Amino acid sequence: MGAILFLIILVILVLWVVTAYNGLIALKNQTVNAWKQIDVQLKRRHDLIPNLVNTVKGSMDFEKETLQAVIDARSKAMASGGGGVKETAAAEGMLTGALGKLFVVMERYPDLKSSQNVRDLQEELSSTENKIAFARQLYNDVATGYNTKQQQFPTNLVAGLAKAEIAELWEIEDKAERDVPTVDLSLKKPQG
Amino acid sequence: MTAGINLFEQQAKNRRLTVAWLALFILFFAWLGFGGDLALYLEAASRTEGQVAYRFPWIGIVVTTIAAITAWVSWRKGPQQVLWSTGARELTNPETVEEKQLVNVVEEMAIAAGLPKPKVYVIDDQDPNAFATGRDASTACIAVTTGLLAVVNREELQAVVAHEMGHVRNLDVRLMTLIASLVGVIVVLSNGMGRMLRGSGGLLGGRGRKGGGGLAVAALIVFVLWVITLILAPIISRIMAMAVSRDREYLADATGAELTRNPAALASALEKIETHEAPTTHIKEGAAHLCIADPLGRDVNLKEGRLADLLATHPPMAMRITRLKGMAFQQLKAAGQLPPT
Repeated sequence: MGAILFLIILVILVLWVVTAYNGLIALKNQTVNAWKQIDVQLKRRHDLIPNLVNTVKGSMDFEKETLQAVIDARSKAMASGGGGVKETAAAEGMLTGALGKLFVVMERYPDLKSSQNVRDLQEELSSTENKIAFARQLYNDVATGYNTKQQQFPTNLVAGLAKAEIAELWEIEDKAERDVPTVDLSLKKPQG
Repeated sequence: MTAGINLFEQQAKNRRLTVAWLALFILFFAWLGFGGDLALYLEAASRTEGQVAYRFPWIGIVVTTIAAITAWVSWRKGPQQVLWSTGARELTNPETVEEKQLVNVVEEMAIAAGLPKPKVYVIDDQDPNAFATGRDASTACIAVTTGLLAVVNREELQAVVAHEMGHVRNLDVRLMTLIASLVGVIVVLSNGMGRMLRGSGGLLGGRGRKGGGGLAVAALIVFVLWVITLILAPIISRIMAMAVSRDREYLADATGAELTRNPAALASALEKIETHEAPTTHIKEGAAHLCIADPLGRDVNLKEGRLADLLATHPPMAMRITRLKGMAFQQLKAAGQLPPT
């Protein structure tokens, strides 16, 4: 009798370990995948910026500094590509800030705003900015779920087995990025 | 994350309801068919004093088979049917800035929800509205009217698409599209059978003979029940569809707000949809409960109370807007950015 009871408990335990382990692995892969989604959007942004710079360069002779800041921030961000979450977050934060400033400055050039090409590029870039923000939001949510799971009892007992490590969140540290003025890039006149 | 638990509960509930609807649908037609057979059999038996040979229930088998096939077709083709009936065209090559913006916004919301990008459709209709359809996230389609594109700004468009993405993520699309096509089939078939019945001049009428007694009464009861189901089915199925739809609108509003973290934008989008209401020419009654706002502009959707609750496809707009503004208020409060009062 005792042996059977022991066996049953053992089977339940093994089943639990397997489920908990698999759950953690699934969460880990989700976290990695969510990070890749950010990467895709960051690459898209890096690819779009030279187009934007070339398009506006001619009309924005007086804003060399703003343009240069964007170009510099882009190369820094691209260099930090292979680094950890923190480095990437910092470099990309700088780029977001520089781009935000450029968009504000562009508002002052009516002929730029009326150009179809610029409007298309602006929509593309602001959409990419949004995609980065939403991908970051998803990554932070998924990573938080993963972190919570591996710290909670009793799942934390198999965390070592699943080689689970705390995933770093993408936090907005740069004060400049937080303070980016919200630019309404919608192309419509305000309506009631 | 509490949101995650709610999500799985909601998906499970929608899966259960989908199966229940399919089962009810087939049972309903089985009753229509076999009930008819039973009435005929009892009637024949009453005339011959029980001396009737076994009658093959061909009506029942034919009707049930047709129902099963229609259910299967609705399941497979429901999304295309809905899109086709509204005259939606797929946006494969966005040309104007508005169209590009729409495609971008859908991509953004797909990323926020962590789902594959749904197909984007546009309906040439002045009434601002939007709906989502599909069997699951990978076959999902989001359609918006040109009227919507004309009145909302980018943030509000994003909020509307987020609401639709919420329907996709919660698996509402599957249930609601299925219900849309099943209710359509019930209405059409019930009407058709009712007409056939009237055409045949009544099965039992004028045949009141003596003899058979109890059997004749049984035949009459079955027959009366059968006719009552035929008459009530379209009404009851619509009321059930509306109840399912109303529930899910609040939830999709909440999911949409969770995706954009911007409930205020959805509130102002709903306000605009309400004020810019124009008669819809493309969205028919069958697809009404899929839409973000009732395209038929029925007054019941504005009221509260028992009767309105029963007949409206959507919760009262004012209630939805109030709830969203409440969420926006909570958000500001949490961020410590409340304006001084």
